[in-house]
Amino acid sequence: MTSSSPTTATAPHGVVRTRGLFDPAILRHATLQSLTKLDPRVQVRNPVMFVVLVGSLVTLVEALAHPGVFVWSITVWLFLTVIFANFAEAMAEGRGRAQADTLRRMRTETQARRLRPDGTEEHVPAASLAKDDLVVCEAGDVIPSDGEITEGIASVDESAITGESAPVIRESGGDRSAVTGGTTVLSDRIVVRITAERGHTFIDRMIALVEGAQRQKTPNEIALTILLSVLTIIFLPVVVTLVPFANFAHGSVSIVVLVALLVCLIPTTIGALLSAIGIAGMDRLVQRNVLAMSGRAVEAAGDVQTLLLDKTGTITLGNRMAATFIPVGSYREQDVADVAQLASMADETPEGRSIVVLAKERFNIRSRDGLDDAQFVEFSATTRMSGLDLGSRSIRKGATESIKGWVVDQGGTIPPDLDEIVQRVSRSGSTPLAVADGASIVGVVELKDVVKEGIREKFEQMRQMGIRTVMITGDNPLTAAAIAQEAGVDDFLAEATPEAKMALIKQEQAGGKLVAMTGDGTNDAPALAQADVGVAMNTGTTAAKEAGNMVDLDSNPTKLIDVVEIGKQLLITRGSLTTFSIANDIAKYFAIIPALFVATYPQLGALNVMHLHSPQSAILSAVIFNALVIVALIPLALRGVSFRATSSAAILRRNVLVYGVGGVIVPFVGIKVIDLLLVALHAY
Amino acid sequence: MGLALTLLTLVVALAITWRLLGSYIAALFDGRLHFLSAIERPVYRLLGTDPSHEQSWKRYAGALVVFSAVSLAITYAVLRLQGHLPLNPQHLRGVAPVLSFNTAVSFVTNTNWQNYAGETTMSYFSQVGALMVQQFVSAAVGIAVAVALVRGFARRGSSTIGNFWVDITRTMLYLLVPIAFLTGVVFVAQGAVQTFAGPATVHDVLNGVTQVIARGPAAFMESIKQLGTNGGGFFNANSAMPLENPTGLTNFLSIYLVLAIPVALTYTFGKMVGSVRHGVALVSVMILLFGAWASVTIAAEHQNNPAVAAAGVTSHVGNTVGKEVRFGDTSSALFAVASTQTSTGSADASYDSFTPLGGLGLMSGMMMGEVTPGGVGSGLYTLLIYAIIAVFIGGLMIGRTPEYLGKKIQAREVKLAGLAALVMPLAVLIATALAVSTASGRAGPLNAGPHGFSEILYAFTSQGNNNGSAFAGLSGNTPFYNVVGAIDMLIGRFAIIVPVLALAGSLAAQGAVPESLGTFRTDNGMFVGLTIGVVLIIGGLTFFPAVALGPVVEQLAHGRFF
Repeated sequence: MTSSSPTTATAPHGVVRTRGLFDPAILRHATLQSLTKLDPRVQVRNPVMFVVLVGSLVTLVEALAHPGVFVWSITVWLFLTVIFANFAEAMAEGRGRAQADTLRRMRTETQARRLRPDGTEEHVPAASLAKDDLVVCEAGDVIPSDGEITEGIASVDESAITGESAPVIRESGGDRSAVTGGTTVLSDRIVVRITAERGHTFIDRMIALVEGAQRQKTPNEIALTILLSVLTIIFLPVVVTLVPFANFAHGSVSIVVLVALLVCLIPTTIGALLSAIGIAGMDRLVQRNVLAMSGRAVEAAGDVQTLLLDKTGTITLGNRMAATFIPVGSYREQDVADVAQLASMADETPEGRSIVVLAKERFNIRSRDGLDDAQFVEFSATTRMSGLDLGSRSIRKGATESIKGWVVDQGGTIPPDLDEIVQRVSRSGSTPLAVADGASIVGVVELKDVVKEGIREKFEQMRQMGIRTVMITGDNPLTAAAIAQEAGVDDFLAEATPEAKMALIKQEQAGGKLVAMTGDGTNDAPALAQADVGVAMNTGTTAAKEAGNMVDLDSNPTKLIDVVEIGKQLLITRGSLTTFSIANDIAKYFAIIPALFVATYPQLGALNVMHLHSPQSAILSAVIFNALVIVALIPLALRGVSFRATSSAAILRRNVLVYGVGGVIVPFVGIKVIDLLLVALHAY
Repeated sequence: MGLALTLLTLVVALAITWRLLGSYIAALFDGRLHFLSAIERPVYRLLGTDPSHEQSWKRYAGALVVFSAVSLAITYAVLRLQGHLPLNPQHLRGVAPVLSFNTAVSFVTNTNWQNYAGETTMSYFSQVGALMVQQFVSAAVGIAVAVALVRGFARRGSSTIGNFWVDITRTMLYLLVPIAFLTGVVFVAQGAVQTFAGPATVHDVLNGVTQVIARGPAAFMESIKQLGTNGGGFFNANSAMPLENPTGLTNFLSIYLVLAIPVALTYTFGKMVGSVRHGVALVSVMILLFGAWASVTIAAEHQNNPAVAAAGVTSHVGNTVGKEVRFGDTSSALFAVASTQTSTGSADASYDSFTPLGGLGLMSGMMMGEVTPGGVGSGLYTLLIYAIIAVFIGGLMIGRTPEYLGKKIQAREVKLAGLAALVMPLAVLIATALAVSTASGRAGPLNAGPHGFSEILYAFTSQGNNNGSAFAGLSGNTPFYNVVGAIDMLIGRFAIIVPVLALAGSLAAQGAVPESLGTFRTDNGMFVGLTIGVVLIIGGLTFFPAVALGPVVEQLAHGRFF
């Protein structure tokens, strides 16, 4: 894991510019779109709204043939119903398009400095670069396309895509070699091997995604569309058979009223908002700087039952911190602090600095003079120690076994209480660091993993939602167990290798569970591909980003939890509005049925429980309510219904109450109010 | 017996058999019962099926359709040819073609709609050899389909859902034949007639008239008529006829028998899917809806018929018009609700003479799709269709891909469940529309206006739901009503069964999603409430306009609902 992760999800600039729900520019565009979308070829994709459009054309013909206030009012409001639905969709798309425009501006038209095989440079347009071309970028150059650094190291400003202004280091080899087209090199010189051609770069894909150009219906969306079609098909004969039924009773019903009844009964509310909800769900992810490669992935996130979370960066802060100095033998605590601080003077790692800080805090040991002659010994993977030589005095700190070996080599002895202390520290989940002054071991520095604040509560919420959290760490089982307990995860995988991670995912999936994970290294790629939801860190390798189905631009693994919540919220919004839409039908029946037949059977007036003014005002009120409720629910569709991480039973109870029971009551009130207004306006 | 005692006895009896019969049926279909294998084996040899070989849903459905088509052909042939067949003491001629067709369809689809009077139309051979045989096998088919669907839920990654031939054979041998025989003995003991002798001629010396009393092998047909939720009686008067339903005890037994298997199958469901709580949830849906409808109908029949009261005649024992004095108003109302909500359709009173509200209770009970508790097997599988729709909407509302018993409810499942839920309202409404808009259809009802409309609507609701109860007042034995009714019955039966079996196949093929705290619970009160909501909303929204023009207008014509 690289250490460039910003912790906040909202970015100051970049792709994501937080826009108000009703940004004027988007509103203008959406209004226009809602008219152009009246094209039947567009409407036919949404069976419910297509029926409404056909219905409004039928009433239009009727209005032209037999003009009248009532028939024209119905016709206008039916068209408005379709237009409102288009508007909702255009609003959702508009928000994506605004983001896409920002991205598009980043696609540079600059010249690239391509390397010829003989090592000389040539200037070619960025658009003409092919895969595997080598290009040179120096300070101030915009990287022409996605690629992999083959030589050099540079600091790169990636704010254009991540919104994070601090530059990041990119270097050849390892897990930080990927660069993205459109980002700017701030210092040094790198040679980049192009990995993506024009039109297939990361930014191109982002544009397509946020614009919703590649939007395919997700499995649950398809299933819901089928249910809505079934409800539409059921109501067709219900309405059409009223003609013979009425004739049998020696009454008659006008086609306009039948169309009005049909439109009121079919689930127009959810039908109108369905695609807006889907687009808005993707948009909400983008707002949090996560790019989902497909809507399917967002939906899968809501279904996830197991979260694999990397310890470092997700559960604990990136680095271990010195917590205590433990003396051995006859040494005092202060001696340990003193020697350890000396050993860490040149150690610029976060761990080394934390030792200096702790020594200052505890014993007020400050930086000292007389170190000019000191020979600093860098940490290396073979010696696993670091420190300094001050004349004949050698000071070292490092892994216990290494220090022990070093001390024995110097002719020293191992203090008898050392092993016991080291074991105790390990057992508590911390890392012991032995400190030696010459041939004698002074003591041990306890390096502790610091669990992020609030993470325990987060895991508790996950547990309530029925999601199992598994911590993945390279630590030994003892250390892992201690941290797992402190953080409150359900399980852990210690000494994790990519293979072990893969095996764990497969094992969970074999039990029918959906698994989500984050990763950044090339060796994470197979696991990211195997997981149902794989969130790759933007700082990660190209391989990791290709394998995952989401990319987190902030490279903040904690956001996996947000992703799950957004996935759930998306489904909840759809389910709740479906319930609301169906529940609305009851009131509409009580408005329209008595209005339809009161002339034939006056006693049916008893069903007019809302005491609507006249049959015509009753029918018109129902149609107007049906259209206006779409507009009223657009903000809800775009924002999503409020989601609280609690048990499924509590969520269900709340939504059934609000959208089910509410859906029964609201239209009774709404239709009555509209009827009163119509009367007050002397429309009837 | 007073109403309270009747209800108490009924509830206790059903509670006992819910568990005992339910676990017996589960054992039967889990293949744990073998005591009759000596009879089973030759049957399988005859059918040419290997009992250890299971079928995919397509083969299962194919076998079912072939079997039903052959049943239909045989029944039709027997009715047509009864004049040349034995056991015909009255020397009745062959039944007319369209009536034979309607009747054959009616008994093969477990509907038992009767456009004829049994004692004057059907020979004993037709009654026993054709109609009663179908009363057994059509019930077995319904149970087989329900069990196949339950297996779909219970199995993991399976490509098969059972063997149709084995399922119906075992249902017949272990379940229907033994119980029908034992309870048939009770009917005989109570005085129901069971003879192959022809009608009895009685000479009333006192009044100087000679009366011909119809007889026949009625008692054993009576037991399977109720047990298999068939409803087609030997005599035209059905269970109102003393020779068919002689005493209060047989009347009570009839009510119990129609409810016994549909109720017990919920326990079978729970047992087979490994969670009795899930069975309890389904039976709760049934009990709550049945209880509500029974209360309204009984209360409606316990008051005066508004039309009769308007004529100045009042009664202090409720609406007695068209009721057997042996059974009285409340017991008849309970019988009627049990019969209409189980797709049985037998009657011990005239439903046409019920109060408008009581009649609405019977009709709307059927409009809910016959799930409370519905027919044998069909009640369970239709309720599971509604439950799947409830799970889908409820599951979305908690933010998960909906799942029921670990099975994901996605596009394919919603499509099949939606199709199955769509069929019945569609068939009923279109058939009714056809009847009211054609001269041959309008010739049917005896009454004009809303009551005439109710008569037609009732007839097609009854047939589309494979119930078979009649509102009377409709001359059904016409080419129009025979043919349209038969199509209504066929659609109401097989256009639901085929999607249900496809659903069984699709569910069986799935693995299972493990349950967690985030799973939508399908065994608690909220689920029961949601499923009731779906049943009421689908039934209510589709039939509200039609009902408003029939019984609602009638009741309102008298100014009030109660």
